[in-house]
Amino acid sequence: MSRRIRTHLPSSRRIRTHLPSSPWLFLGPGLLIVGGFSLYPFVSTVINSFTDKRTLIDGQYVGGANYQELVHDDMFWTGLRNSVLYVLGAVPLLVILPLLLALLVQRHLPGITFFRSAFYTPVVASVVVVGLIWVWMLDDRGLVNSVLGALGLGTVSFLSDQWLLLLSAMLVTVWKGLGYYMIIYLAALANVPRELHEACAVDGAGAVRRFFTVTVPAVRSTMVLVAALSSVNAFKVFSEVYLLAGPGGGPGGADTTLVMLVQQVGTGLSGRVGYASALSVVVFVITLGLMLLVLRANRREDA
Amino acid sequence: MNQRQSGRRLPVGQLVLRYALLLAVFALMVGPFLWQLSTSLKGPTEDIYSYPPKLLPGDPTLDNYAKVADLIPVWDFALNSLKVATANVLTNCAGAALAGYALARVRFRGRKAALVVFVMAMLVPVESIIIAQFMTMRELQLNNTLVGVVLPACIGAMNVLLMRNAFANLPYEVEEAAYVDGANAWQRFWRIALPSVKGTLAVVAIFAFMGAWDDFLWPLIVLSDQSNFTLTIGLNYLHGTFAHDQRLVAAGTIIAVLPLIVMFACLQRFFFRGVGEGAVKG
Repeated sequence: MSRRIRTHLPSSRRIRTHLPSSPWLFLGPGLLIVGGFSLYPFVSTVINSFTDKRTLIDGQYVGGANYQELVHDDMFWTGLRNSVLYVLGAVPLLVILPLLLALLVQRHLPGITFFRSAFYTPVVASVVVVGLIWVWMLDDRGLVNSVLGALGLGTVSFLSDQWLLLLSAMLVTVWKGLGYYMIIYLAALANVPRELHEACAVDGAGAVRRFFTVTVPAVRSTMVLVAALSSVNAFKVFSEVYLLAGPGGGPGGADTTLVMLVQQVGTGLSGRVGYASALSVVVFVITLGLMLLVLRANRREDA
Repeated sequence: MNQRQSGRRLPVGQLVLRYALLLAVFALMVGPFLWQLSTSLKGPTEDIYSYPPKLLPGDPTLDNYAKVADLIPVWDFALNSLKVATANVLTNCAGAALAGYALARVRFRGRKAALVVFVMAMLVPVESIIIAQFMTMRELQLNNTLVGVVLPACIGAMNVLLMRNAFANLPYEVEEAAYVDGANAWQRFWRIALPSVKGTLAVVAIFAFMGAWDDFLWPLIVLSDQSNFTLTIGLNYLHGTFAHDQRLVAAGTIIAVLPLIVMFACLQRFFFRGVGEGAVKG
């Protein structure tokens, strides 16, 4: 914005303030890396998806064969189902729970900074650390099961049943993400005028009413942002499921997600780069679609 | 948040309820870490499966940490992680600051196009190009090296855009005065603009460190030799090979997470600021 505040310098003078090459020297490293390791791989992923390239063998053009194979590949549908389920399971929790958490830590009570930081700890830890901590917590003889046992609920095999595994991984994702989205909500809540709450309270509205009539409308655009971020991340899930269910993706690969499939198919010396690229294109298209969907839903509500 | 501070006082009942809730959530969010720490400190004779669970080890010992170091070169892994994270911080800070400055403050043909390149790169999820990146690394013969781990993300598009915004928000007058005095683009960048965006630079540095230290999928794909493993990949290997010994895995995870928790405790405000500034990050 401030760029607009031009002064009275004659334009010829401004042009001479830098050599024509210097902006490109500044931008050079950045453009090189981003071009070479984001945009070029993207283009080559799309191109490779139309070939039968393997890790050690150059591929031939095969048209849409990879995409046709994909439609008939049971593992693809399993992966797609699991990734979509992941979005449906994790996103609502990641939109609502951090908001409640933010409301809880919003007031400046003594010690609140400590609690805020503590709730953020899982965000700082690596997903591998978090995954392994929960592998131990959810073990058949782990802490969660010994508590369940004491309550007379018996042992729940979180890490061997196909559906319980997926559910556990989702809860790990939610647990790790809570603090991050809580901070986003805290920033949004700080901008909600206090008078609104007070006016509402004077009218006799209880805490729950005020939550729905004041808080939610005020942070709605933040909720959409959180929904967009968390759905994109949930759809691309890899590590949580990989760690809880193992590299093979649980019993018979039933918990494999789409990104896990990309990793399984495309890496190693016999990796099927062409087919993995077609899978990657699907990941990209759906991720972008999710982002646009959420943002559009937001715009429609605004109108 | 500040105007709330002076708000009306909470009734005692509500206050008690709030602290009860805070403590419950605290147990849920921090408890698992403490349980892991406790497990890692329990000796071979102590029952880690006992009920009721014992949070405090009966006879705390560091044996498990020594044993982990015997089984896998965990300190080498930590050193590799440190190298990767440090390199990632340096390249991201330098590259993003330079590019961000040019995008925000230097007028030249092609600036819009350069900006579009960075925005587009930000929209491509790493997961969807990871196979192609792996092929590129093979062609460059950088697979299975630490350079290969760092290179793809060594100047993040998101960081460039963060730095661009930081520079664009600086008042222009000071730099204009420097212009008039004949300072060139580099001098204006280094002497005037850069010292004013230290806060954002710190955010970029912290998130670059954390990103590299915690990263899993990319190092998993690009590294194959144990001697080059980073901590996250080493932990995954430890878990795969010695899964039956929870004490060892616990010790490994504590080694991996402790440096970041210490860093977070010291630099909290930058972590939180980064969430606000980088909320668009995918």
